[in-house]
Order: sequence, then C-alpha cells, then structure tokens
Amino acid sequence: MKRSSIELVDNARSTVDPWLPFEKRSVELETRLRMAATEDEREALQRELDAELKRAFSSLTPWQRVQVARHPLRPRMLDYTSRVLDDFIELHGDRAVGDDPALIGGLGRFEGRTVVVVGNQKGVSTDERLRRNFGMAHPEGYRKALRLFRLAERFGYPVITFVDTPAAHPGIEAEQRGQGPAIAENLRAMLALKTPVYSVVLAEGGSGGALGVALGDVVAMFEWSIYVICPPERCAEILWRDADRKELAASALRITAESLRSLGVIDEVLPEPPGGAHRDPDGAANTLRIHIRKFLEGCDTNQWSPRKRQEKFRAMGQWLEG
Amino acid sequence: MAFLRRRRFISVVGRKSGVPEGLWIKCPACKKAVYGTDVKDHQEVCPQCNYHHRVSVWQRIEWLLDPGSFTETHPNLISADPLGFTIKEVAYSYAQKVTEYQKRTGLKEAIITGFGAIEGERTAFSFMDFSFAGASMGSVVGEKFCRAADDAIRERVPLVSFATSGGARMQEGTLGLMQMAKTADAVRALNEAAIPYISVLTNPTTGGVYASFASLGDIVLAEPGAEIGFAGKRLIEGALKVSIPEGFQTSEYQFANGFVDAIVSRTEMRALLAKFLRYMKPQ
Ligand SMILES: [Zn+2]
Repeated sequence: MKRSSIELVDNARSTVDPWLPFEKRSVELETRLRMAATEDEREALQRELDAELKRAFSSLTPWQRVQVARHPLRPRMLDYTSRVLDDFIELHGDRAVGDDPALIGGLGRFEGRTVVVVGNQKGVSTDERLRRNFGMAHPEGYRKALRLFRLAERFGYPVITFVDTPAAHPGIEAEQRGQGPAIAENLRAMLALKTPVYSVVLAEGGSGGALGVALGDVVAMFEWSIYVICPPERCAEILWRDADRKELAASALRITAESLRSLGVIDEVLPEPPGGAHRDPDGAANTLRIHIRKFLEGCDTNQWSPRKRQEKFRAMGQWLEG
Repeated sequence: MAFLRRRRFISVVGRKSGVPEGLWIKCPACKKAVYGTDVKDHQEVCPQCNYHHRVSVWQRIEWLLDPGSFTETHPNLISADPLGFTIKEVAYSYAQKVTEYQKRTGLKEAIITGFGAIEGERTAFSFMDFSFAGASMGSVVGEKFCRAADDAIRERVPLVSFATSGGARMQEGTLGLMQMAKTADAVRALNEAAIPYISVLTNPTTGGVYASFASLGDIVLAEPGAEIGFAGKRLIEGALKVSIPEGFQTSEYQFANGFVDAIVSRTEMRALLAKFLRYMKPQ
C-alpha cells in the first residue's frame, strides 16, 4: 500500500502542525499551487516554489538539518518498500522470545529477483508509532534480523537494510534479554555474511541501535538524513550538562551525509527531491531503486566479497602513530 | 576497632583507582573501615565484603601476569581528533582534553595492548583503563583492540581482554561508533582462525564496548559487582519514568540472565585464566 505525500500530510495534520519554520513559505506556495486556476498561474507558482525550496534548503544550520531528518512527514521504511519492491512478505518472530514490530523484515522481490529486507519501521500515525516503539528495537528484533540474514545467506539472496531509528530501546526488559550482546552478535554476523548487503539510512540513524543492521557492503544515506553516535542534545547534556547547547553539538559531531562520506563512514549519498523526501516520496524511492539496481548489478559482476566489507569497516577510524 | 577513633580515614568513593596505603578507608560497598594496605594486599578487593575497587591497567598487569613477562605493543597510537572537535563558544577542545587525560593518567589512551604470560602460557592482551576518558571507545581503542587480535592470530596465542567503558567517545562522532563494527570484525577474524578469545568484563562495561567486542568472547567472565549493560541506568529511568530494580545491570544480574560464564574474583582470576589458556591452547 502506497501512501501518497498528501496522505502523509493529512495524517500528520491530524495531530500537530508538522511543518518546520523554514518550510512555511514553501507550504503556502504548495497550497496555492494546488488551487491554481490557470496553467499560467500554475507555472508561475511552480517557479516560485522551486526557487523558494532551493533557497530554504541551501542554507540550513546543522540543527535545522537534524530537524529535517526528524521531520514527522519523512517517508518511513514501508513507504519505500511499497515503492521499490514488487512484493514484500513480512516474516515474524525471533524463534525464541517474540516478534519485534520496531525492527521488521521479510522476503521481497526487487525487479524480478528475491531479496531479504530488514529494517526499522518507525511508524506514521501516533498509534503506529507507539505500537512500533518509534522504531527502537528490542533484542528480539536484532535476533529476528539475524535469523533473516542467515536465511539470505543460505539461499544466496542479497540483503537490503533500512535504517531509521534513534536508538536501540533503552529499557529493563531489553537489558535483561541482552540488548548489548544481541547487537554485538549482529555486527559480527553481518561482517561475516556471505551474501551482499546494501544498507540505507532513511532519516535518523542512532548509535549501536542503528549500527546493528547497518553494516552493508555499501552504506548509503539519503541527503537529509543523519547518522549519529548519540543525539546532539544528549551529547550536549553529557559534555556540558546543558541540552540547550544541542546546536553546537549538532555542528561539531559532523552527522550529515556528505560529512560522513568524506570521513569514510558511508559510501554514497542519495540526493533527495527539492525540499526533502517528504515532498516527493516517489522521487526519493526512485533514486533508491536506481542505487539498489546498480549495487545488485555490481554484485552480479563480482565486484563484491565479504572480505572487502570487512576491510572497509576495519579501516574506519583516524589516529596518529608517533 | 578502637584504633578507628585515633586514625583519620578517608572515603574512596569517586576515586578513579588506587586505594591509598597506610590509611584507613571507608569501603564504598560495606561502609566498614578497612586498612588501605589490607585492600592493596588483596588486589584492591575489600577483605570484608569482596568489593572490587577500580585498578589501573599497570597495576592489573603486575598482579595478573608472570613477573616481567609483559611487553607492550603499539604504544604510540594517539587520538587524531578526526572531527576537529573544538567548540569556541563553550571553550571546549577534544584535543586539549586528550592531552589532559594523558598528563593525568600517564597513559596515551584508554587501552594498553601487549604480549605476556600467565603461568608460562604466552598470551596476547588488551587492557582498558577507566581513568582515561572513562574508557570511552574512539579510533585508538578500536584500532589497538584489532591489532591485539591480529597479533594473537599471527602468533597463534589466545587473546585475553579486560574491558571497561563508560560509553561512547562522542568527540569522535560516528567514526567512534564505527569502532563497534571494527572490533566485532576483529573477533570474527579470531573465530575464523580458531584463536580463543576470553573477555573479562570489569566495572563498568557499558555502551558500545559492551555491545561489541566485550560480549563476543568465546568465554565471558566478569569481576563481581561490576556494572554491565548497554543503555545507562539514568537513560532508562529518564526515558521510561520507571525506577530501576535493585541489582540491575550488575555482573550477578548478567550471570543470572545467561550472558556471563562465570563471576571471578580478581584474586582468583589468574589461576582460572591459566587453566583456560592451557586447556584451549591453539594448535
Ligand atoms: Zn567492603
């Protein structure tokens, strides 16, 4: 089921005004554009809107970029799977404790081939967000993911992972059932996996909770997504006992897609439609489809091996040796 | 304990490591007054209640390994401040913090690696030290752990790691996060080479270190009463507005939940490790 951008908007409108301050003018133009009576009027408004989106999104501060990544209207995993895959059959349960609705997965068909899909579904409506724990997984989520990775390896299916979580769930039961060991186990398993893995950060990738499903041969980030070791507000709280200094932390942590590509943490940046993926989920999904296709074609021609993946992650980090 | 009235005693709560000798201290666990030298003689374990004080890495090496057997490897790795994490508005500089930690601790980073022996069994070691930046994991910790693992594989000797960590090295950002993947890969390589890896969890082992190499040992041991867990207690309390049950995230709790093979007192660690190293000697 595809949700159109209008549905996305209506859904979020039912709760609170989802728009960010620097989007107000664009939203106004978008509304006028929808009601435009003549072709001339439409064209003029479209030009004005294009210019306005370009202007508004070309000078965002690091904190505003965090806000875009956390935009309530941002497309979620299932918005992409419904557009990018021909079919998706969700599989449930970790075979030990239960099923985690925050970290989901299953079999998919991508352009006529079988793939395994795993990722965080953060939820759209308030109900869904609560039910899915805002995409924050428990250990059983990571163990379900591991089971699906192994299934993929067994049959030689490529894996596509969607990363969209602020963190692994911080909770008593999660600790009791081994949140740390579950994530650790996934890291080791993903690095050893003898099948190709493509990982894409959709919105906010947060700490070990994100990393636990994000060790792709290629790790991509959407242009306006962020990938953090800890949220900027928490970083500010820990370092300076002042969460209000989040803007300073957001800037210093270098969490944007292009910064992380230059640091070698990720491999590619997926450009978003003007004004962000939430304005045009179809356009964003199309970009993702093209990149996944390119990745799978590369794997078919043997530009892929677990060893390369291992070496890539081994090389991460910067130090001096005197 | 009449002498208590005569002698001054100090609290060791909040001390990073090292119990003062020749003084009476109040044990932070049992609250009893104990003579510092007695604690020191028990490898900084309270003789009254078995509370394990934090120890520095060099002290641990002295107590654990055969005398004079330790040779440090990769001693000159230091943080490169990859993000240029300097924030003028709050006068904060990561590079300067690192220098401060180096001066205060005499260590270059939160980890020491090397080769040594326990009861004659040659072994690769990795030791973390909480007094350096709360033993947070940045690029140097990640790289040195990986090198220790690779050294173990090359020389076909087991790897023994003593982990401790208060959390993430935030000042290295997402690159710091990636050290979890990197160190997990080092364990993968150990596993594929059939080189035994014994991971000892000490107080505290939390966050990214716990969610990567520290919990991936073929054998996972813990010192008694250590704090072991992924998400911090305060974070959980804050996020869930619940109160944390007594004994949550202790070694004993993780043992009861099945994540630790054995809880081993510091004074018994050497003898037990010696057995593992003998029984599991790589072929
Ligand atoms: Zn005591």
